[in-house]
Amino acid sequence: MKDVVGDSVPRKEGRDKVTGQAIFVDDFVLPGMMYGVTIRSPVARGRLGKISFGGDIPWEQFTVVKAADIPGENYVALIFNDQPFLADKVVNHAEEPILLLAHPDKYLLEEARRHVRIDVEPLAPLFSLEDSLHRKEIIWGKDNIFKSYRLEKGNIDDVWQRAAAIVEGEYTTGAQEQLYIEPNGMIALAGKEEGVTVWGSMQCPYYVHRALMTLFGLPEDKVRVIQLETGGGFGGKEEYPSMIAGHAALLAWKSGKPVKIIYDRAEDMVATTKRHPSVTRHRTAIDKEGRLLGMEVDFTIDGGAYATLSSVVLSRGTIHATGPYFCPNVRVSSRAVATNFPPHGAFRGFGAPQSIFALERHMDKVARAVNLSSEEFRRRNFIGEGETTATCQTIKEKVDLNHLMERAFELSGYYDKRKAFADRNKESQLKKGIGFSVFMHGAGFTGSGERYLKSVVAVEATEDGRVRVLTSSIEMGQGTKTVLSQIAAQALGLPYESVDVAGADTAAVPNSGPTVASRTCMVVGKLVESAAIGLTQTLVGCGLLKSEYTPAEFQQACRTYLEKFGPLKSVSQYQPPPEIYWNDDSFSGDAYGTYAWAVYVAEVTVDMVTFQTRVDDFVAVQEVGKVIHPTLAMGQIEGGVAQGIGYALYEDVVWREGRMANSQMTNYIMPTAADVPPIRVYFEEVPYRYGPFGAKGLGELPIDGPAPAIVNAIESATGASINHVPLTPEILMKALEESREKTEPRA
Amino acid sequence: MLDSVQTITMKRKINGRVEELQVYPMARLLDVLREKLGLTGTKEGCGEGECGACAVMVNGELVNSCLIPIAQVGGSEITTIEGVATDDQLHAVQEAFIKFGGAQCGACTPGMVLAAVDLLQRVPNPSEEQIRAGLAGNLCRCTGYMKIFEAVVQTCNGKL
Repeated sequence: MKDVVGDSVPRKEGRDKVTGQAIFVDDFVLPGMMYGVTIRSPVARGRLGKISFGGDIPWEQFTVVKAADIPGENYVALIFNDQPFLADKVVNHAEEPILLLAHPDKYLLEEARRHVRIDVEPLAPLFSLEDSLHRKEIIWGKDNIFKSYRLEKGNIDDVWQRAAAIVEGEYTTGAQEQLYIEPNGMIALAGKEEGVTVWGSMQCPYYVHRALMTLFGLPEDKVRVIQLETGGGFGGKEEYPSMIAGHAALLAWKSGKPVKIIYDRAEDMVATTKRHPSVTRHRTAIDKEGRLLGMEVDFTIDGGAYATLSSVVLSRGTIHATGPYFCPNVRVSSRAVATNFPPHGAFRGFGAPQSIFALERHMDKVARAVNLSSEEFRRRNFIGEGETTATCQTIKEKVDLNHLMERAFELSGYYDKRKAFADRNKESQLKKGIGFSVFMHGAGFTGSGERYLKSVVAVEATEDGRVRVLTSSIEMGQGTKTVLSQIAAQALGLPYESVDVAGADTAAVPNSGPTVASRTCMVVGKLVESAAIGLTQTLVGCGLLKSEYTPAEFQQACRTYLEKFGPLKSVSQYQPPPEIYWNDDSFSGDAYGTYAWAVYVAEVTVDMVTFQTRVDDFVAVQEVGKVIHPTLAMGQIEGGVAQGIGYALYEDVVWREGRMANSQMTNYIMPTAADVPPIRVYFEEVPYRYGPFGAKGLGELPIDGPAPAIVNAIESATGASINHVPLTPEILMKALEESREKTEPRA
Repeated sequence: MLDSVQTITMKRKINGRVEELQVYPMARLLDVLREKLGLTGTKEGCGEGECGACAVMVNGELVNSCLIPIAQVGGSEITTIEGVATDDQLHAVQEAFIKFGGAQCGACTPGMVLAAVDLLQRVPNPSEEQIRAGLAGNLCRCTGYMKIFEAVVQTCNGKL
């Protein structure tokens, strides 16, 4: 039989999606359903006063929920449990939920929402990392710090005297909105007898499950969470859906009716999480051969008002801060701090795009300082097999970054273009440039994460001779159902068509962990493979199947088993691969089971009249282990690159008094079909021994590389050394005018 | 108050069927399709005509249904995503979206499919530039558009 793995089979839910039959949360209706809305804080920080219900509104028809109505604990269970479902005495960010309303008529509900007045006595807010670090106000814990890490390797304090050169730099990144096309939403049904059931758009059904258990004080079996078709997530539906599910469930609990909450675009953008803004400072010591002697990195991210996932985002950003280079002496100090912005949260890349932007801009700067080309300086410092990372993880896989880089250069015509552009830029208003970045992305949870998660997957045989994969890992566009079916089919020697993936319903599927961290294919896929093999082993063990079999024999054996013994199900739980160990206390060891490695090249044109930058060509070369589904894998890379282009050039979150001022698609600009360059994707496949059929994770990788590659290209085009994204035309104009004033002082 | 607003009775031909509707004249076409007719394939992405997820055809012209008051399309013929495939036979564009990876999460897909169908009706063999321009009113956050372009090109080439 033809291999299923490696073949671009049709995606499982493709037909439903192209015909509009796929059911998303806003398409789902329950009889007698009411609509819910959230009344939010008008200010960034303050003490809550009187709430008044005005206007010509029949308030007696409304269900109103306040913090005092919460039956269990008033916090979103996650890591630090500091974020309330409904603010009680104080508010800590603009748009923080305070009160909930429900009514069957959504138009009247909207009218009512405008007539709730909340008095807030304002307190001084913190809107900058500096103010937070200087403890201008204490807004969280003792010192405004959610979490800090210190990563040490060798002895960094010794290197500075020995260094041939020392190069410093500071790099900053702004917030970024995930901007999934389907806004967030949930529907809930709740009652004291039957418990709580929610349906909605989400990445992590068991996060929502746990949050609802805590909110209502209910046991596991009284809470049920069902994922509906999810229209994009990118991390934006990792933690915040727990909040919305809780709100819908509180209204349903109080009213006794089903309640639907759907955010419109503006609410989704002002209230839900974004990528953490960051500041990174580098101090790098280089020896006279152009080799890295020491890297000292200081990395700070803005967590917003509550801790949410900031500690975990910080750890990934910290570990990726020194990139794919070998350096004997390293110190990375990092911290996530509190401000009065809405909490920043999960977004594809999870801290790595920020620290990699800083690093890959800095590497270009260091190269110039030591009179080496960007490529030669990197070449001298690439990490290789047998060498150790900043966390003292020994690289045990074949990694050839120089080969990836040369391939990317060949495909992009890098050397020729670099030269040609330098010549033609002299006499043109349109300056062309080419730049690149080299980076890696760890797949799966950081450090001990997978050990603690202990994910479980099941594979079962059904009466009609089909195989079904049971997992809480959800489909949100990336192709979970397709890829997991391919892995099960390949493991069982069955056609792809005879495998299904069950819907993610916590009453029916085990907890295979959240759908995040590039872990679905690599970690969950491996569990699917093991569980599938367990199915065959059971059948062979019972004498119903020979070790060599046809699909028809397999199906017959399943039917016989079901008739004779009842349900046939095989369960697999995560076991850490041998030889992989992480020390939480010293923050060292094997940070990830494996890494995907990449070199991205961006070609740009900068218009020196409008200061707009256009990306003309983009080459993405990466080593991602075995590619299970080439079309889906390319789709992940292309989508990630486009999102990275947005991060680099367009996507500017404008804050006004701690509130997103451009919360619309008309003024928060993402790339359109007219803006994207050809995105040319190339894979190299070095099988990972603990991944299913050799696969690694790849979903987050493509967001790490575009921003530094593009800004490096802009520098090569214009000479402007800008260390901030998004690099909007305004910033570029200012930088170029300032440098012009320096070189041509006015009379 | 809303209940003082009069509803009106209107006739529309939607996906080839004549529907008689009792609606508020200023109701958005999007809401009428989704809530009155249960045609939930048309999606709301932004509600301000920017993203194209709610695109439908009115008298053969691609429009954002979130911007159209129902009273404005009196006597019109409307095609939604539900009317693109005929019975069990997918439109060539839909087949190509599945085969070449043009659909990921599916939220922009109905509008994007309609935009592609509209483009190919107007320009049977579009250049790359024409494809980009034709789809520029429909935002997709998943694909980076490459596979959508490919689906359109392959539809023209008949390579299905």
